[in-house]
Amino acid sequence: MSSSVDAVALSFERSWGRLVAGLIAWCGDWDLAEECAQEAFAAAVTAWERDGVPAAPVAWLTTVARNRARDRMRRRTNEAAKVALAHADASDEVAPVDDEDIPDERLRLIFTCCHPALPMPARVALTLRTLCGLTPAEIARAFLVTEPAMEKRLVRARAKIAHAGIPYRVPPPELWGERVEGVLAVLYLMFNEGYAASSGDSLLRVDVSREAIRLTRSLVELLPGEPEVRALLALMLLTDARRPARVRDGHVVPLEEQDRSLWDLDRITEGARLLDADPPWGPYAVQARIALCHDVATRPEDTDWPAIAELYTLLPATPVVELNRAVAVSQVLGPKAALELVLPLADDLSGYYLHAATLADLYARLGRTSEAADALATAIEQAPTGAERRLLRARRESLLHG
Amino acid sequence: MRRSVAERGGAEAVADAEPEDDGEDDIDRWIADAGARRLYGWPLGSPDRAVTVRRVDGRTVTTDGPFAETKEQVAGYDLLECDDLDDALEVASGHPVAGGGVIELRPLWR
Repeated sequence: MSSSVDAVALSFERSWGRLVAGLIAWCGDWDLAEECAQEAFAAAVTAWERDGVPAAPVAWLTTVARNRARDRMRRRTNEAAKVALAHADASDEVAPVDDEDIPDERLRLIFTCCHPALPMPARVALTLRTLCGLTPAEIARAFLVTEPAMEKRLVRARAKIAHAGIPYRVPPPELWGERVEGVLAVLYLMFNEGYAASSGDSLLRVDVSREAIRLTRSLVELLPGEPEVRALLALMLLTDARRPARVRDGHVVPLEEQDRSLWDLDRITEGARLLDADPPWGPYAVQARIALCHDVATRPEDTDWPAIAELYTLLPATPVVELNRAVAVSQVLGPKAALELVLPLADDLSGYYLHAATLADLYARLGRTSEAADALATAIEQAPTGAERRLLRARRESLLHG
Repeated sequence: MRRSVAERGGAEAVADAEPEDDGEDDIDRWIADAGARRLYGWPLGSPDRAVTVRRVDGRTVTTDGPFAETKEQVAGYDLLECDDLDDALEVASGHPVAGGGVIELRPLWR
């Protein structure tokens, strides 16, 4: 691979979102912005090979993309194209010479992609497409839907932005808190989907959690005053640090059985540094601290369970949080005390495999083997991926015959 | 950008929208706050006053009703003209019915 191809690939990874965000701000047309950004990168492959990599790659790409866009707008005759042309002509037409001349419009783009008027799956897809530059085919594979279905989801989302009048802007102060929270929810969902899929059955799926980390990292730079953005990045890094040990031979390895020497120390250090030492801590900061408690324990028995149980009380008491708190309580006060917390959650968490799996674990520790086996059978039925089902089956086998 | 706002609520919300109700002050305040962004609007009479008309084989068929089986019903409507969705959401969220019922926002067809 020649160095100019590498340079284009690197530019794509670093600058796709910034290029598209700037183009949308310039012409107001999402489809056109994406098409022309794509063409600019395609043109860069030959031009950079021939003339060398420009000193200001983003400015170079922006100029090429704008020229293509202008050509297309002139050729098109429909109303939307005329509006876009007028929009573009009204704004600054001086060709940017320096990357610093291009304002970073990514914040506007991310707040628009994550607008609460869009359905959640559309927010995730749109963010991955326009900010991360994933193709519809890649996003479709990541979420196990067909490519035409993903294309349709993206088209509908863009149409909704246009028709419902979702503004392309950073929200005003009165909406700030709520909208930042919305953006973080999208990023965290993206990370979790990717993390769960990393144990899935397909190696072809792009790594969505890596994209989520990359984007959250940019957001930390773009929103330096928001502690929860930093906390979310910390939570992602502190969770992702355990990824190398999480799957072995296609099996999910539970935390207490993981080879802790495989955990990524750099990620743990970076994650820990991002956290504020003193409360008040938001929900992401609390979850990051819980992850950190696990990450710093060299052996499972070194885990500071009382601290974890305490941290869970700082989170809103949803059924899933209560379930996790019960696991910590079982380590501090024993399985009997934990069982009293887990049993009442049965209605709220029916269908959630970790409820059944936790019940099974507590029954087993209390010597109630047949109840444990029944609960494991339920958990196997409800488990979302093959890797998790295999783990639970193995556990049931060893319970009954081990 | 113009959009219509439909106020939907249960039977109580419909009653709240009746002009003789105390809700009138709240509505007046909302209209004042919305300013030029609200073009016009009106509460609707209750569904038991509804009449339905259809054309079937060139004949006009008029019936009493329908009487919605669902708890939610359209209690009134307003036409807004706002810069963008966030602006419209701000106006709609201040409507008294947003407190107990639901406000549905739709862009006008274009």
